[in-house]
Amino acid sequence: MKRTELAIIGAGPAGLSAACQAARLGVQTLLIDEYTRPGGQLIKQIHKFFGSEAHKAGVRGIDIAAGFLKELEESPVEMMLGASVWSIFPNRVLSVAVDGRTQQIRAEKIILATGASENALGFPGWTLPGVMTAGAAQTSMNINRILPGKKVLMIGAGNVGVIISYQLLQAGAQEVTIIEAKDQIGAYQVHASKVKRLGVDILTGHTVKEVTGNGRVEKAVITAVDQRYQPVPGTERTLDVDLVCLACGLTPLSDLARLAGCRFTWSPLMGNYIPLVNDKMETTVDGVYVAGDCGGVEEASTAIEEGTVAAISAAESLGLVFAARAAQLRQEARQRLCDLRSGAFGEPRRLAKDALNEEYKAYERV
Amino acid sequence: MNRIPDHPILGKEEPSSFVTIIVDGKPLKAREGQMIAAALMENGYEKFRTTSRLGEPRFFYCGIGQCTDCMMEVDGVPGIRTCITPVREGMTVNTLRGLGTWRKTDEKD
Repeated sequence: MKRTELAIIGAGPAGLSAACQAARLGVQTLLIDEYTRPGGQLIKQIHKFFGSEAHKAGVRGIDIAAGFLKELEESPVEMMLGASVWSIFPNRVLSVAVDGRTQQIRAEKIILATGASENALGFPGWTLPGVMTAGAAQTSMNINRILPGKKVLMIGAGNVGVIISYQLLQAGAQEVTIIEAKDQIGAYQVHASKVKRLGVDILTGHTVKEVTGNGRVEKAVITAVDQRYQPVPGTERTLDVDLVCLACGLTPLSDLARLAGCRFTWSPLMGNYIPLVNDKMETTVDGVYVAGDCGGVEEASTAIEEGTVAAISAAESLGLVFAARAAQLRQEARQRLCDLRSGAFGEPRRLAKDALNEEYKAYERV
Repeated sequence: MNRIPDHPILGKEEPSSFVTIIVDGKPLKAREGQMIAAALMENGYEKFRTTSRLGEPRFFYCGIGQCTDCMMEVDGVPGIRTCITPVREGMTVNTLRGLGTWRKTDEKD
């Protein structure tokens, strides 16, 4: 059986940053990803990031990924791509499928950095070809260089919906309508202003009633909703569309944490069940850590810092870095996380993570 | 044509080399390294499989290997996620009907 000191599952922002930090601390590391190209969803993020300079503000996601990959190329980190980890067995044995065959890998420490998946929204016609997640449209445009539609209905006005609407227009779409069931948009104002300047309508208090078409999307019926999110009769409008994108939030891809036996908890502030972790990013299973969206959906910049924290903790427990040094490094990353989790959008996430740490301490005492 | 050869942020794309794959019996030129789903979408395909009970068409939905909507039969193996499987010279790709049947005969071992 192949052995490794540290296996990191997922080569997105959390996994890449964990791998770089682990390599800096001398941990023998194996980075595994299902896709044939590393970078996770960073490689389709062509917009500039926010925050301070320490958080790579003004840098595009694609360039952030390139930076990490350059560092990894010059490091001894081994990368295993096109490889799906389908289970974690006791004593941290991973089952990995490559090219239709399974092999087992024994890891002393595991960092789960598997990210999140996009939520579906069920309505008549949602399975028609031409209805896809907003992320799928983004993959299609920015990685595959294929414009998936020219007349678009975007469902959801959070950052994902609004940013991808802008990117669809950048890539050549003619018309985008954004609808949002809530009475206000969830996206940062700066993103919303960009699409509004291009003439995009953002209809708040609206939802989709149905999508129709012969073998593919042709029309979408939208309707206004009342305060209880019920359709208001007589407000239906039919749009000619060839693409309907769903931007209705994300759910952590935490299946592997479940399979590993990690304890989960309901986080009302995050709106999801997430693995219970402490401020070292340790789960309740010995030697298993989580980082990034799989431990609660946030953003790439926080995933990067959590990856750093998890790698420091793994290196510390492998005996490769002194406790005092590890604590100091972790504190620096924690401070950056604290800065990121501020303001109206960040504060609830900081509270959620603090609550998680408190619950972990209570769990340990039992 | 839905290709984006020039993009305001990504710039002009590098010239591709091509491979030939066989889709439902017909040869198709695909860009080396591109995912099967991308090759098909670029060439106007809008159906990857049909569902087992109602025979409804399914296509590209999540694009990152999570949802399995884009499964096809590839080289005789049903249920291959085409959005994360790159094309290879001579690959045969068939529309998947229901769960499909295992047609692979050349087991390596």
